[in-house]
Amino acid sequence: MFLRWLEATILDFGDEMHKVYMWIWSSGDLGLRLLWHILHLILSTWYFIIGLMGSVESFLISSGLFKRYRDLDISKVQYLAVAIDSDEALQTLKVLELLRWLEAIGLRKVCLYDTAGVLKKSKEALTLLLKNERMSSETASDPLVEEKCLSLEVISFSDGKQAVAKAADVLLKKHYLSSNTEKPKLTESDMTDALGAIGYREPDPDLMLIYGPARCHMGFPAWRIRYTEILHMGPLKSMKIGALIKAIHRYTMVHQNYGT
Amino acid sequence: MAKQSSNRATQVIEAVGSFLRRCIGSILSAGPIPKHIAFIMDGNRRYAKKQNLEEGAGHRFGYSTLMNMLKYCYELDVKYVTIYAFSIENFKRRPEEVQSTMQLIQEKIEGLIEKESIVNRYGVRVHFIGNLKLLSKPVQLAAERAMNATWHNSKAVLSICIAYTSTDEIVNAVEESCKEKQKGNEKLLDEIGEGPLIDVADVEKHMYMAVAPDPDIIIRTSGETRLSNFLLWQSARSLLYSPGVLWPEIGFWHLVRAVLDFQKNYAYTEKKSKES
Repeated sequence: MFLRWLEATILDFGDEMHKVYMWIWSSGDLGLRLLWHILHLILSTWYFIIGLMGSVESFLISSGLFKRYRDLDISKVQYLAVAIDSDEALQTLKVLELLRWLEAIGLRKVCLYDTAGVLKKSKEALTLLLKNERMSSETASDPLVEEKCLSLEVISFSDGKQAVAKAADVLLKKHYLSSNTEKPKLTESDMTDALGAIGYREPDPDLMLIYGPARCHMGFPAWRIRYTEILHMGPLKSMKIGALIKAIHRYTMVHQNYGT
Repeated sequence: MAKQSSNRATQVIEAVGSFLRRCIGSILSAGPIPKHIAFIMDGNRRYAKKQNLEEGAGHRFGYSTLMNMLKYCYELDVKYVTIYAFSIENFKRRPEEVQSTMQLIQEKIEGLIEKESIVNRYGVRVHFIGNLKLLSKPVQLAAERAMNATWHNSKAVLSICIAYTSTDEIVNAVEESCKEKQKGNEKLLDEIGEGPLIDVADVEKHMYMAVAPDPDIIIRTSGETRLSNFLLWQSARSLLYSPGVLWPEIGFWHLVRAVLDFQKNYAYTEKKSKES
């Protein structure tokens, strides 16, 4: 009888200890989760402050206050790429506004990229709207109208890895499955030529601006971004012309040694 | 006597540092931890100039920093780490500089397979990624020995990109795909027809970096914002982080910041991965 009571007491005690242990474990887990949220809150606050300072700076840049941003050497940016998150690329009017700014700054060759091909669908509309705006603001006899046109290339994810696979197919049929018995050691210029043969002849961008939540190139054709400077501009909906000018100015100050 | 007490002080500081890192690591583990982090170790030469060191000394400091960063990554449970040790473009540097860098690389590869080295402590399998035929014979042999000595390690993976560029990797993968298709296909072109024979999967399986998943984060030091022909094919979904410090100056807190950024953007990158 006593032994049974002792056994029951020990088992109850064991159950209580197990409950306390699980409570400590889950509280510890909860405690860690709380600290994790606090760390992220500190980071988000820091980004918020940086964002506010960035907005003020953009405003000052766009009002022409800083001399260095007024005298921008745009000739250094031969080819600009703009990669936009596909969901944000649906804001066609915002994309049009961005293209207007790029044209006003003096850029002539721009490549637009988004993963899903949203911009390919809006390309015609964008080109037409830009052309109409130009026609209405310039006189018809102005000989410089054509020179000021923005040349637009629009690509998507399928122009990256799949293009390389297609070029590989071209090389396979040209060198490996032909009756020619000599098999060459493929070089990078063979690859460039094969990509050219299937229609990819545009130059590598000097600078890529990313409009989206994260600094990530989203699958922009790998072959073209060896030495491209990649800058994150934030979401498209909060784009600012001051930030755009600052990014281009920053690029003009970069010195590359190309590995040497 | 003084030396003993300063050694003990260093050990205590190291133990406290390790404890603090584990605490921060436990907090970070409440969220997703990146599986693969890649590093472009830029700024060794500028560091040497800044500290008035002799030429080549910057790379030695860079090596100790690398060992620390590997330790922090493996403590955080990051399974794959990739480093850009030497680009094919770097062969264009002055011959004396290339020679001294190669000597340092060989010395450090041999150090990797010692018993107390970091790779044995954390069970790391080492891969050498790149056009290894461009390296001198002694370095090639050292690399082969290191790969053989660590092939049975399975807790983590270290990929060392040496004599590597992304474009060279793509060309090599294309060439290997062509050779594979040629072997499997006795018919000639005029018998096959116009349809494509090679697809993206064929090319991807021949990439040098097929030994690891795509990187979650690519960290380039010195504030430079370009990838310089590093993992261009694999970085479609990678978060690019460019802290302003030179490589020998990077520390645990930069890694914490990179992981926090990764966690902040995790839902977005996962959503985009599922869509593609």
